[in-house]
Amino acid sequence: MLFALVVAMLVLVPVLVTFSSFAQVEGDILAHLTEFVLPELVGNTLWLVLGVGLGVSVLGVSLAWLVAMCDFPGRRVFDWALLLPLALPAYVTAFVAIGLLDFTGPLQTWLREGWGLTGLPEIRSRGGVILVMSLALYPYVYLIAKNAFATQGAIALEAAQSLGLSRTQGFFRVALPMARPWIAAGMMLALMETLADFGTMAIFNYDTFTTAIYKAWYSLFSLAAAAQLASILILFVLVAVVFEQRSRTQMRYGAVGRSAISRRIRLSPTMAALAFVYAGTVLAVAFLVPVTQLALWTRDVIADDLDARYWAFAWHSVLLAGLGALMVVAVALLLAYAGRQRPGNAMVWTQRLATLGYAFPGAVLAVGLFIPVAALDNWLIDSGRAWFGFDGTEILKGTLLVMLLAYLVRFLAVGFGPVDSGLHRITRNVDEAARNLGTGAAGLLTRVHLPMLRASLLTAATLTFVDIMKEMPITLMTRPFGWDTLAVRVFEMTSEGEWERAALPSLAIVIAGIIPIIILTWRGTRLHD
Amino acid sequence: MAELVLDSVSQSYAPQGDSGLLWAKAHARPYAKRQIIADLSFTLPEGAIGCLLGPSGCGKTTALRCISGFEPIQTGEIRIGGEVVSRPGWMLAAEKRRVGMVFQDYALFPHLTVADNVGFGLRGESKSVRAARIAELLELVGLTGHANQFPHQLSGGQQQRVALARALAPRPRLILMDEPFSNLDVELRERLSLEVRDILKREATTALIVTHDQHEAFSLADWVGVMHEGRIQQWDTPYNLYHEPANRFVADFVGQGALVTGEVINDHQVEIELGVLNGHIPVECDASGCDECVRSCHVDVLLRPDDIVHDDDSLLLAEVENKAFRGAEFLYTLKLPSGQRALSLVPSHHNHAIGEKIGIKLAVDHVVAFRRE
Repeated sequence: MLFALVVAMLVLVPVLVTFSSFAQVEGDILAHLTEFVLPELVGNTLWLVLGVGLGVSVLGVSLAWLVAMCDFPGRRVFDWALLLPLALPAYVTAFVAIGLLDFTGPLQTWLREGWGLTGLPEIRSRGGVILVMSLALYPYVYLIAKNAFATQGAIALEAAQSLGLSRTQGFFRVALPMARPWIAAGMMLALMETLADFGTMAIFNYDTFTTAIYKAWYSLFSLAAAAQLASILILFVLVAVVFEQRSRTQMRYGAVGRSAISRRIRLSPTMAALAFVYAGTVLAVAFLVPVTQLALWTRDVIADDLDARYWAFAWHSVLLAGLGALMVVAVALLLAYAGRQRPGNAMVWTQRLATLGYAFPGAVLAVGLFIPVAALDNWLIDSGRAWFGFDGTEILKGTLLVMLLAYLVRFLAVGFGPVDSGLHRITRNVDEAARNLGTGAAGLLTRVHLPMLRASLLTAATLTFVDIMKEMPITLMTRPFGWDTLAVRVFEMTSEGEWERAALPSLAIVIAGIIPIIILTWRGTRLHD
Repeated sequence: MAELVLDSVSQSYAPQGDSGLLWAKAHARPYAKRQIIADLSFTLPEGAIGCLLGPSGCGKTTALRCISGFEPIQTGEIRIGGEVVSRPGWMLAAEKRRVGMVFQDYALFPHLTVADNVGFGLRGESKSVRAARIAELLELVGLTGHANQFPHQLSGGQQQRVALARALAPRPRLILMDEPFSNLDVELRERLSLEVRDILKREATTALIVTHDQHEAFSLADWVGVMHEGRIQQWDTPYNLYHEPANRFVADFVGQGALVTGEVINDHQVEIELGVLNGHIPVECDASGCDECVRSCHVDVLLRPDDIVHDDDSLLLAEVENKAFRGAEFLYTLKLPSGQRALSLVPSHHNHAIGEKIGIKLAVDHVVAFRRE
């Protein structure tokens, strides 16, 4: 219990720290913020949330319905392939889109020179950001809505038809409302990612809170301003969290028995062709084209860029992701065990709080953890000098500690999910059976629990590893000097507009990102068996 | 293999779900501790198969968990083979009791093969002894060919037998089984319960089984304890439970039947509306002399469905209120002239319509009666 509380505190610390920043107001900076920066940030954020929310819902729900309920050519492939955009961090989709569609990009050049056409809408715009984010994040809604439709869509539709509704009416009046909690939960996850996104916004030069926090940190050198911006962002995030948690409860109540889909909806040839074209276009635009473009760019630069420095970036990425994953899995395991030892409401709430970090943008966590660690650092230095005459320089700050703590808070939920559900599969009876057969506590752990948890631990570690590899703002803002990773390299290259040179590190991240999708699909098919 | 004795064991239970926080504990309302089992006593002889039978929530599973060493007891003591294993404030650790357990969900280890599951408790043995014992048990439960399969590749009945073999492997002093057949379908249940009895007898194991299904209890057990509200109502052979229930609960829970009102005439006669029943009257009526007090001894008499026989020639008539076709026979629910109900098993070629009046007569071997308050 104590351990669980400590982990939960770790989540609360950055939140409290950022809010407490209002205590030390730096007058002119705050005035500057409220007058010039805030209105634009709030407006931009609201538009973004609105647009991306709509975009991911429309894309996710329509594709989920087609794949889960209808039959059309290629459905089996689309079933998993439509998840592939998850492997592309939004910032990668973003710079590829700009590289392709910008005024100097190949498409516009070709239209202009071949056909004399100009006036394609500007990609570096609010619409462009929304489009890119929707394409990158729709899989959240797609995945969760597809499960909802697959489990309850068929029954709902048949019930509706037996009551005299047409199929279309059945979809809009029964199946869609029934799946609403699922769709809302997926949408909220997508919106949390949107609010947390830093890379895409930086590439598009679209000012939101995350980019503003970064600027306050690096350009204004004002921790307080960064923290104040972060606390406003937290308010946005909390709204999303509340909605998400509420839909989750509704999901529990709304869950009905599993049903095997006996008969899919047979689309007419025209409709089937349209469905194929639609799903194919989404897949192409969101995944195939960007990856192809990445590969092409990589081919151009690989001879020059695949050098010792590149391997250093890759090594740093792997090292950090590996350390982070180990730490996350270890803490997740302890947290899950705490819940097993001491079940009860207080524990459930503590666990929920401890895993809430997934909602907090990396930029917020960076600020929220940097401040207390720096303070602790100063205290250590002072007391070191006072008590031991020890003239230390910074001990904690700028070390890996802040970064790893931030990873832990942000990705604990990713690791906790599989570990906890794995532990739940080991029933109390299994424990008691082992003890009846003469096994003590140590034997229980080594002979029963660890072998049974192996797959879950591996899944948790892999998912966390990949998430940390993709992570940008925490790494960027808290890395010790010389600790550039692949993601940092992508940021540096894209901020100079060198899309081709960002492609090589991106490709490595994308390849790593495909692994969890394979796990996800594999687990899904295993569940259906 | 050992005798199991429970001597006035009680167990109460602090409601779960209380938070682990200290302040919450200090401020928790003093919940009435619910008594789960109260004054539970019985003796299961060495090598016998016993059964705790009762509706859900009667405390039978808790009793099992006390015996296996997962729940403490508040009064009395539990002895296995003469050794005290539980007494208030102290219990021998579960892993040291040498008590085997077959769980309702089998709780097989999914990461181990059938052979490794069975061999799990044979850790201290040499490799060859271990292998021989595994082979012996797999043969005993008829799963020799499945040694290298994993639990999820087996049917429910096969998993059940693996669980039994695993529990038997270390030669425990006592085997406990919690609702062992509840996850199986009805046909399999009957066949398997006979098989399990056979296996247990061949291993000469003392076994205690918990179930809510009386058919299971009757086909498996030498001794059955009917439990209700944490107490054993009657600990007896299956035959006696059916024919000589000790109280109303046992009469109602075991077998079918109906209670009709009656008056005790003297110590070997009781009158009910269908006539006078002769035999030992198991109710203490102070009916030695005066007419007055005899008349005041009201009882309820238990009539089993085979106590009322259909006879077309009988002048005693009862109305068919409901009927259930059972293949060889009908189970008629009859409305007696006074409006009381009784059950009758009638060969199925006597097919009467609901509402029809049919002739009946009594065929009561011995009288079961309870004093009416």
